[in-house]
Amino acid sequence: MSDHEVRLTVNGVPHTVRVPARRLLSDCLRHDLRLTGTHVGCEHGVCGACTVLVDGKPMRSCLLFAVTVDGASITTVEGCRTPDGGLGPVQQAFWDCHGLQCGFCTPGFVTTITAFLQENPAPTEEEAREAIGGNLCRCTGYQNIVASVLRAAELMRSAPPPDPVSDPPPSDPVDHELSFGVDGVSRDELHDQPSPGAGSRS
Amino acid sequence: MKPPAFTYHRPTTVTEALRTLAEVGPDGKVLAGGQSLVPVLNMRLAAPGHLVDINRLEELSYVRVSDSEVRVGALARHADTERDEAAFAAIPLLRQATAHVAHPAIRNRGTTVGSLAHADPAAELPAVLSLLAGSVVLASSSGRRTVGADDFFIGPLESAVRPDELAVEAVFPRPPARTGTAWLEISRRRGDYALCGVGALVTLDEDRRVVAARACFISVGPTPVLVDLTDAADWAEAGALAAAAVDPEDDIHATAAYRRHLVRVLTARACARAAEAVHE
Repeated sequence: MSDHEVRLTVNGVPHTVRVPARRLLSDCLRHDLRLTGTHVGCEHGVCGACTVLVDGKPMRSCLLFAVTVDGASITTVEGCRTPDGGLGPVQQAFWDCHGLQCGFCTPGFVTTITAFLQENPAPTEEEAREAIGGNLCRCTGYQNIVASVLRAAELMRSAPPPDPVSDPPPSDPVDHELSFGVDGVSRDELHDQPSPGAGSRS
Repeated sequence: MKPPAFTYHRPTTVTEALRTLAEVGPDGKVLAGGQSLVPVLNMRLAAPGHLVDINRLEELSYVRVSDSEVRVGALARHADTERDEAAFAAIPLLRQATAHVAHPAIRNRGTTVGSLAHADPAAELPAVLSLLAGSVVLASSSGRRTVGADDFFIGPLESAVRPDELAVEAVFPRPPARTGTAWLEISRRRGDYALCGVGALVTLDEDRRVVAARACFISVGPTPVLVDLTDAADWAEAGALAAAAVDPEDDIHATAAYRRHLVRVLTARACARAAEAVHE
């Protein structure tokens, strides 16, 4: 069960990691790349919290092995910011419309809605509801999230962002070899042991 | 929840994939979209020693439409099948049913053929294949065979695919002229597994009399349940016939009686909708 070298471009930044084949993309992003914006809820594809964009399409990162998307471009919630690090249009819309309470599910909504609005820049309320049908939120009752989808569409129409998926500007490739890659280590153990590589990402 | 460790194989040609499957035998599983397999692994309900990832077999990424059928390759995602305009024009039922497969994020990764091979009795595509009397092409290092829907679905999560075989293609025959279709289902939450789902197919003659009517049901039996309704006097009677033909079970989501009720009501609605969809 040897490790595999996996190349991913995450939010415009190329990374190379060495991970076991069973490493889920969600864990690869959070543990190996320290991009903890992607949240892991149910880990069987139901809740939608871990949704990221794989080559622009929303997918459940908990239902993908990192090794199977070797070479892909991934956009996480961190990549939905504006190029200067401010709130992206979907994030701004959630702020404007009180579209989150505890915020745990929000990263999955932001990525899902970002991709949806690229495809359908002027959705109806019904289409907005359908678009977020695969994401669970236990706080808001969804009304304000639907409002946020429509508000984000409005914001994007008034000031289209240059390219929400290429943030931040590319830097040198970062090698995360074995920063967290010990196969068989449980999640709790992972949380208890800070990575020697933590904080090394630019 | 973390999947158990496995040895990973990533063939780049079908020939190489078939050779690998033959080598690893019953300890191997094919990884296509993984939208059913990975949850099973995450929950450790299965622990295959080898996963053969077919996501680089670009030669199987197609939806092809001919005068007689729609052929879907093993790497076509649900979203590819759902969005293909030519496939929709040829067999509207493909889009009608696929739109009910989980959520868009799942359909972006999960595959049409993978759903058939997985043979979940609550899945939509197996019923579509049964309703259209389609087939699945299975390849192994010793050759190819084509298995009709009747023989393909054996039981819950059990299909005719042998460990050394890869389901390379599904063949959905085009229904005859003057045929309409519809898909309806009821689930507790949007995109969730159906408590009962029905695909209906109705063929009318020039005077809009019923020449043939069939329905196929999900979540009410171990495999898709196909019922011929051609002899029903009207769609209400068709619903009653269908309700008498199925044998659903109780589970935590619904009672058998409620599922039977859904069969009756949804059959009548779906057949009426399918008949309306027949254009002059």
